[in-house]
Amino acid sequence: MDALPANATRFLADAEALAALIPDGARIAMPPDYSLPAMAVVRALVRRRARGLRLLGVPVLGMCADLLIGAGCVAEVETSAVSLGEAGLAPRFTEAAEKGEIAVRDATCPMVHSGLQAAEKGVPFMPLRGVLGSDLVAGRPDWKVIQNPLAQDDPIILAPAISPDVALFHARWADRAGNVWLGRRRELATIAHAAKAAFVSFEHLREGDMLEDELLAPGVLGSVYVSALAPAPRGAWPLGVADEYGIDDAHLMTYAKAARTREGFRSYLEQWVLTPEKSFSPA
Amino acid sequence: MIARLIGDAAHVAVGAASPIPATACALLAARGRHLRVSLLHKRKGNPFSEGSRELFDLAGQGRIDVFFLGGAQIDGEANVNLVRAEGRRFPGSFGSAFMYFAARRTILFREEHSRRVLVPKVEFVSAPGSSAPGVWRRGGPQALLTGKALFAWQAERRRFRLESVHPGSSLEEVREATGFDFDCDPSVPQTAAPAPEDLALLRGPVAREITANYPAFGSRVWEAGISHSKS
Repeated sequence: MDALPANATRFLADAEALAALIPDGARIAMPPDYSLPAMAVVRALVRRRARGLRLLGVPVLGMCADLLIGAGCVAEVETSAVSLGEAGLAPRFTEAAEKGEIAVRDATCPMVHSGLQAAEKGVPFMPLRGVLGSDLVAGRPDWKVIQNPLAQDDPIILAPAISPDVALFHARWADRAGNVWLGRRRELATIAHAAKAAFVSFEHLREGDMLEDELLAPGVLGSVYVSALAPAPRGAWPLGVADEYGIDDAHLMTYAKAARTREGFRSYLEQWVLTPEKSFSPA
Repeated sequence: MIARLIGDAAHVAVGAASPIPATACALLAARGRHLRVSLLHKRKGNPFSEGSRELFDLAGQGRIDVFFLGGAQIDGEANVNLVRAEGRRFPGSFGSAFMYFAARRTILFREEHSRRVLVPKVEFVSAPGSSAPGVWRRGGPQALLTGKALFAWQAERRRFRLESVHPGSSLEEVREATGFDFDCDPSVPQTAAPAPEDLALLRGPVAREITANYPAFGSRVWEAGISHSKS
């Protein structure tokens, strides 16, 4: 039998196996709560006691980051915000940032998008309007302000290319060819294009090759970008997957309340994270 | 009030955690006004197929007429702080450092009207209210709306002017609760209350639409409203 090419997509057993591929200290790009976060893999990272992770919010982060921060898995967060949306402030992020337990590199959303777009094109930077005069600039020596070479007296800021070690997200479908269907969440494709590796958990495995289907193809991330895949039914829970299940708003509120204190967060972990995944996934 | 401020805009975008601006947009739509509303957090039928990146690209091209920003702190020069204040950490700047420049108009909105929020000078500038000459800037602040009052932004003077005080509040109370200096006519009017037909729309189709996208806000506002009207 022929050996698989070096860049072939690996099919793994479950979220634990994906989490095992993410080394301590990795820079992981993750989506906001509304855009297919790989929550089952995040819980598996907590269980495997990942340490020193550097999270990149594309462009903001929510519960996935708060869980990892509270569990002591995170050294640094680069993001435009961390919030639980209607459930309020992300309590573990807020306390860790206030006490200086994690480094926070503050960004603004389109600088993150632009940096990833530069990386996916293989160019060193992408210019962006605005941002000048924000105190964010002083905290980001990697952001450079230059004169627009095509005009006169027109300062403009450059977002350096961002190549995260890992892009991590969840998807509704994967297929036997290693493709992933993102649907309307095509911003996730940019993360995968820019990252050195993309690890994706999915709801359902489809037979065949989705790129041969003209209706599915525009929402597909091609297998060339996908390093490893694993099934994780309800793997975005308590966040949602469009047309599969909605956001579990009540659970988010439960989490937000519990995580206000370290003790409450510990008991949340005991109940919902440190137990094996299958035992609690609600129907 | 927000619906009035939106005025003749053709395309309004609503970003993170802004249920009240979203409610104003839904009210305009319910009145039958032709208005394109791009709600970043819309759960079903979201307007974007490239996530928030598309919102920023639209704004960069000048396709967004009105945007909304809040702030942990807002100062008298319309600077916005979403990062830290008095030792407390807030979520972060979101897209403010870009949208404040690129959207044609920005309505600053914060329910809490206090000296804690409306400060003489923000501790951290997430997004500046004005820019030096020569720095590209398409738009900027239009107004600041709080739970007590409406201020208009005067770009040439780089100061707010008190436009109206909401029913239940007074000029003295607004002065007491505002940490920055502002221009003001001593006979400043009271903010007009919503028309009865608008209230009916707000409690009917608007409530249903907003609750689908902001369930906690919807149940807080409208379930409370229903129980209030029964009592």
